[in-house]
Amino acid sequence: MADSNTEIKTLGESLRQRGVSRRGFLKFCTATASMMALPPAMVPAIAEALEKARRPSVIWLSFQECTGCTESLTRAHAPTIENLIFDHISLDYHHTLQAASGEGAEAAREAAIHENFGKYLVVVDGSIPLKDPGFSTIAGISNLDMLKETVAGAAAVIAVGSCAAFGGLPHANPNPTGAVSVSEIIKDKPVVNVSGCPPIPTVISGVLAHFLTFGGLPELDDLGRPKVFYGQSIHDRCYRRPFYDKGLFAETFDDEGARKGWCLYRMGCKGPMTYNACATTKWNQGTSWPVESGHGCLGCSEPDFWDGGGFYNAISIPDGDIARNIGLGAVAGVAVGAAAGMLNRNAKADAAARHETVTVDDLEKTS
Amino acid sequence: MNSPIDFLLWVKGPAFDIALAVFVIGIVVRLLEIVLLGRKQDLAEPKGGEFGPGLRTIVTRTLPEAGSFKQSPFTVIGGYIWHIGFLICLLFFVPHIELLHSVLGIKWPGLSSHIVDAVAVVTMVTLVAMLIDRITHSVKRFLSGPEDYLVWLAAFLPIVTGYLAYHRMLTPYPLVLGIHILSIEFLMVIFPFTKLMHTFTFPLARWYNGAMAGRRGVQS
Repeated sequence: MADSNTEIKTLGESLRQRGVSRRGFLKFCTATASMMALPPAMVPAIAEALEKARRPSVIWLSFQECTGCTESLTRAHAPTIENLIFDHISLDYHHTLQAASGEGAEAAREAAIHENFGKYLVVVDGSIPLKDPGFSTIAGISNLDMLKETVAGAAAVIAVGSCAAFGGLPHANPNPTGAVSVSEIIKDKPVVNVSGCPPIPTVISGVLAHFLTFGGLPELDDLGRPKVFYGQSIHDRCYRRPFYDKGLFAETFDDEGARKGWCLYRMGCKGPMTYNACATTKWNQGTSWPVESGHGCLGCSEPDFWDGGGFYNAISIPDGDIARNIGLGAVAGVAVGAAAGMLNRNAKADAAARHETVTVDDLEKTS
Repeated sequence: MNSPIDFLLWVKGPAFDIALAVFVIGIVVRLLEIVLLGRKQDLAEPKGGEFGPGLRTIVTRTLPEAGSFKQSPFTVIGGYIWHIGFLICLLFFVPHIELLHSVLGIKWPGLSSHIVDAVAVVTMVTLVAMLIDRITHSVKRFLSGPEDYLVWLAAFLPIVTGYLAYHRMLTPYPLVLGIHILSIEFLMVIFPFTKLMHTFTFPLARWYNGAMAGRRGVQS
């Protein structure tokens, strides 16, 4: 994967060398176009652009992360064109995957920066600790320093995974390391957030394909995510949505509703608040996805999903013991109401006692 | 409170507990105050029963009197539409039933989200029309005080924020859901201290009217 970038090849040449047929390549272009919601007329343009695309240099930085994102991208079951795209890019630095280590690895990073200054892509997975630079270092360099130094000459930054995009698990309350996302540090370069824990491999390759095809980044949503993949909520595209609309819910993981594939909302599914492509793209070459396997969505592509009040609590239902609180409130209300009632009665009795009756004689006396 | 999730958790957690306490204690206190105050003993000889006419009036007053309907049909029809629409959204939207189920332990069939969606639109349009009527009608405007506008807002906000949340017209979702729940908490907090109390006091008032008339042997 981590070839040197001295031997410059186009993507077309590279794919042909690896035995990918023209037909297979065009199929990939068509799939990419439809995935990115582009009209079919764009397919030849995509094919042509990808055919001629030069190997972009990519520097992959891993900070406070679990390597799950890299696992997601590299553990494809069979060689796919997505994989070949990854093989095609010149992944000049990725400390999990590269063979080099120590000073040699860092030298590769510095060489890539200098040789491709202003043109290379930086992919980041993991969050950056700000509380103490010593919490996470690579070759004695703090994550913050390495990010700033590497991004200085980058064309764009792709924050892969929810840690890099939003802080993720390290950022979870109480955030002991002071973890922040890439976009909180990098303000002067385009940053694309490819969130998810981990993100869908096709989404990453789609963003890369977009960069290779158009030389720029796709349209982003409010959270900096490509709209083509994060434009619709899981809930809106979920095949179990008709059960939600009909009010048919699984109550436990093994009841009749669960066996019949009813909606998982009551079991804490975060589909309504989560924007991702799982419901349409699915995982493992379209095999399945969490809701299809019978578990609610965790909302992993949304900021602070770890702190969302429990994976198995329905999002709209308040956290407290409402029935108990109503009972307590009613008891307190009766006590206060009875006291207020007594005070009112006393006031009434007092007024009645102080009431002076006036007779006709009294009236005549005063007049 | 740095993120929309924190906001949602605060709204669902401490804020909801506070609103619920104010709501429940306030309602119980006000109802007890009314009931405990009692009525002055009527020493006159009763000419009829109290109980039957009282109960009957609770039901019969649901229909508008012919005279008031003729005078202001818009108020009557608009009032019906939005009250019924509000109750449909509150009681027959599936996530609301799920919430009430978790509290009360009972559940009932919900309506399709699309029907509730349409009802919500009708309810919002009616509420806006009624507000415009209240402002433009010189008599209604004269009779309206700040509380009337506050209560209108408290009834309108849950529907409009619920609509925004359902259609995700405001993002991120935890924020708009939090705003929706907060709008209901606002309604709950002002509930016992405003004319919203009519939700609970109307049977008392109607029963008293009917019972009083029944005792005197007249039609209520």
